[in-house]
Amino acid sequence: MTPLTHRVLLFASWSDALGPQVDVELPAGARVADLLTALTARTGGKLLPRPVVAVNQRYARPDTVLSPADEIAIIPPVAGG
Amino acid sequence: MRTALVDHPLDPTGLLAEVADVGSGASTVFVGTVRRTNQGRAVTGIDYSAYAPMAERELALIAQEAAEQFGTAHIVIEHRLGTLVLGEASIIIAVSHERRAAAMDAQRYLIEEIKTRVPVWKREHYADGERAWVDNLGGATGATGAPGAATDAAPSSAPDLAEVS
Repeated sequence: MTPLTHRVLLFASWSDALGPQVDVELPAGARVADLLTALTARTGGKLLPRPVVAVNQRYARPDTVLSPADEIAIIPPVAGG
Repeated sequence: MRTALVDHPLDPTGLLAEVADVGSGASTVFVGTVRRTNQGRAVTGIDYSAYAPMAERELALIAQEAAEQFGTAHIVIEHRLGTLVLGEASIIIAVSHERRAAAMDAQRYLIEEIKTRVPVWKREHYADGERAWVDNLGGATGATGAPGAATDAAPSSAPDLAEVS
């Protein structure tokens, strides 16, 4: 099956490590957990804080299925306020 | 009710005036400011950044929740982004309510939810010249520990997904 390209927004420490946005190829039906595995493989062993993932500006679960049309963002531990 | 991300200094007086209402018997203002030490390190300033569209959406959602839960529409929140120096306000929350207890409860709810849910990050500047991303548990969030540990670490500020998704 042809992999699908997902554009992913990155912030804070993850943006420092990989840039503000990356394209990640995943098989159709891939889930949030698969995306995190693929991204972690790109960090070259650098330790980054465990993120959560937002899909279309809402917090998503590890088993949420991704579509290339989604707005996907990596959310490191937040620090507002 | 109004919530916003802004890039200018915050004015508590203006926000207090915005929530004023003759039906309210109590007004509260919370001001979060840049503190000079964190985890024993001398801080000289903080860069605040955000995933702006989601942060705006989440701020509005939290305000709406508080309005429904505590029974007041008089809620105004501004969160500042950019580089702040010591003592400057990073967030102001103003609430007014008919009764003081509900005003203070709403205030507490708003700041605690904002700290765990709104996608805003801070990078502290230290007196020794170093800079580091920190989380709301007070610690630096990266750059120490064994390689590969990133995905094994306990989530430190992950929202309750059952509640917000």
